[in-house]
Amino acid sequence: MTVQQFRLPDVGEGLTEAEIVTWRVAPGDPVRLNDVLVDIETAKAVVELPSPYAGVVDRLLAAEGQTVDVGSPIIAIRTAGDGPAAPAADEPAAPPPAEDEPTAEEPAVERTAVLVGYGVAAQARTRRPRRATPSVRPAEPVRGPHTSRPPVLTKPPLRKLAKDLGVELTEVRGSGPDGRITRQDLLDHTTGPAPVTDHRRDERLPVRGVRKATAAAMVASAFTAPHVTEFLTVDMTGTVEFVDRLKQDAAFQGVKVSPLLVASLAVLDAVRRYPDVNARWDEDNQEIVRFADVNLGIAAATPRGLLVPNVKAAQHLPVRDLAVALNELAATAREGRTRPADLSGGTITITNIGVFGVDAGTPILNPGEAAILCLGALRRMPWVVDEQVVPRWTVQLSLSFDHRLVDGELGSRVLAHVGRFLEDPLWGLALR
Amino acid sequence: MTTVDLADPPVTNPFTGTTGLPRTSEGWTQLVTPDGRLHPEVDADRDALGRLTRDLYRGMRLARRLDDEAFALQRQGELGLWLQCRGQEAAQVGSVAAVRADDYVFPSYREHAAALWRGIGPADLLRQWRGVAHSGWDPEPYSFHIYTLVLAAQLLHATGYALGVQRDGSDTVVVTYFGDGAASEGDASEAMNIAAVNAAPMVFFCQNNQWAISTPTASQTRTPIHRRGAGFGLRSEWVDGNDVLAVYAVTSAVTEHARSGNGPAIVEATTYRMGGHSTSDDPTRYRTDDELKAWRARDPLARVEALMRAEGWSDEAFLGEIQAEADELADRTRRECLALEAPDLADAFATVLADVPQLLREERDAFVAYRASFLD
Repeated sequence: MTVQQFRLPDVGEGLTEAEIVTWRVAPGDPVRLNDVLVDIETAKAVVELPSPYAGVVDRLLAAEGQTVDVGSPIIAIRTAGDGPAAPAADEPAAPPPAEDEPTAEEPAVERTAVLVGYGVAAQARTRRPRRATPSVRPAEPVRGPHTSRPPVLTKPPLRKLAKDLGVELTEVRGSGPDGRITRQDLLDHTTGPAPVTDHRRDERLPVRGVRKATAAAMVASAFTAPHVTEFLTVDMTGTVEFVDRLKQDAAFQGVKVSPLLVASLAVLDAVRRYPDVNARWDEDNQEIVRFADVNLGIAAATPRGLLVPNVKAAQHLPVRDLAVALNELAATAREGRTRPADLSGGTITITNIGVFGVDAGTPILNPGEAAILCLGALRRMPWVVDEQVVPRWTVQLSLSFDHRLVDGELGSRVLAHVGRFLEDPLWGLALR
Repeated sequence: MTTVDLADPPVTNPFTGTTGLPRTSEGWTQLVTPDGRLHPEVDADRDALGRLTRDLYRGMRLARRLDDEAFALQRQGELGLWLQCRGQEAAQVGSVAAVRADDYVFPSYREHAAALWRGIGPADLLRQWRGVAHSGWDPEPYSFHIYTLVLAAQLLHATGYALGVQRDGSDTVVVTYFGDGAASEGDASEAMNIAAVNAAPMVFFCQNNQWAISTPTASQTRTPIHRRGAGFGLRSEWVDGNDVLAVYAVTSAVTEHARSGNGPAIVEATTYRMGGHSTSDDPTRYRTDDELKAWRARDPLARVEALMRAEGWSDEAFLGEIQAEADELADRTRRECLALEAPDLADAFATVLADVPQLLREERDAFVAYRASFLD
């Protein structure tokens, strides 16, 4: 009897990690060669991993929801002797530590005293140092060899839904046959009263995917680009009327028209007049890169998290095409189907926090861009027109810019131009 | 070690030409319906047809088993990449079986079923995808060129080879495989044009599997690919690529057409790639379950199984024998794959030039010395 470990393979040409989605086997289960063991999700796809060994599942070495590095053992299988299917046997290793600590196999790097510099690391010649084992949520211990907790039974779409809702399926009570979790069970679980147990305990959520990428991008942006934010309150009545007119126009039937479209036109027009704001600071080459195209990014809250897909070469689009492009961008993002190409290459961004009912913020730049415009909520407010106080539609704009390449004068002119355009879109379009 | 020996004994052709062969409403030549019924118009000796069908079925079945095992090996980290031929077995086996064993084949990169038929074994088929060699086999003994990953480049290689064959005065025919995506490459048009102008003895065999990675055929071409043949002056045929007998009949006819000095032909076999483009692809992102279901109902192996059952051409013993053979091939595939070792980098210096010059020898020696300087 030999215990074989199956290490997470790179199933997609250059992947470094994958998330364990669903175990299809539990300790004690017999498995045949090529039986499906687990569903994993890589950056490219959800794929099934078939067993390279025939035998009995000894231990699962990674928990569902855990992100595992390629090359890390994920399951141990007891096989009868050295079958032909068995590559070089590995010693059975301890299950991964539950805390994010270096393991015993990974000693702290020792340094040797030398005359100059910081010393030579003892491990310097190790070409492929093992990465730190990813953390496991304490609430989700790896199953031991003798605990026979049955696997969670539910359908793949509900597993996806649970993931989107951030629900741990092991905590949902299943009312279906064999304890299967139904859609209703899942919804009841999410809307029902908070579980009485543990609600005072801090929760530790693994950081991965879009959350991880967002965090890295925001830190990089906030601590490299010196941000300045300016504010302007504008009378949006002209924009509101303009939007209404477009909505009634036959050419715009079936196209969603909103103030965001007018704001996009305003930003595009501002870039046309002040192209230096559609630019990037190139630290490595000590150059300012002025972009040829305006790839207009729109920050979107999606089921996957914050994404900023962009409309490529938006400055060339007729108004109707821009409206269609913005709608498609939003619809695709909401469905979680935004393609990587839509996320890269942005040059300037609009974020619309007004939809959440707030007035203004100090947005952080999308890395590699010089400006981001933030739209507040559209409000009915008293406004002075011809020395009379009258109710008007108003909005607060905030514009953050990278002070390395955009000075207060340029930033102010851009913001003022956007405001002027929104106050009188026909004026803005007439000057195009 | 047993060889697969698929082409032995050679199959005999029960068909004569393509005139009179039944066609579907789409215009594809089809002898067997998707549910496994032989069209009543098929006029061929039933015994010969039965023998042929069993041979072709064996080839398809073994190919699918090898393909499945290789796919599993990739998912287990034993292969870097694999491109599944699942769904295209009839197009490949039907066509390769229809040409002479010395007719020279230039494949693309997914023709595992055709390669297996020609006797290329699992180790040779897998080594390139395990990343231990740049290509899998010596083409000469098999008259089967190595895989070409550059889209449509093999069409030009094949055309050049066919022009050479023509000048040698040989009666060999050159067959080249390509897909609907490759058909959009300029190389494809150039190859067909030059082949037609020179009446080269060639068959351009297009497996239109509906998807070029994520690009559907509708985004590649307005007219069916085989119709381009008319523009270049090639004989053109359109065949149900999931009907192995139809593919066999059509390919036999066009190969003899080319062999007789009548110039090249193009065959478009309408088929479907049941798997992803490769193991790195996620086809669920671009195609629907309904589409997959519709094509699953047209599975080329299930069609032949139903046909053999209806015609009394198969029994338990025959199916059991093939099952056992397929299992053995799967075992062998795994065994040979795991035994494939990475090459010694020092050997690479010996394969750059036929005669290793002094400079290259010095570089090799320097590399070996450098490598020996490490502790581990």
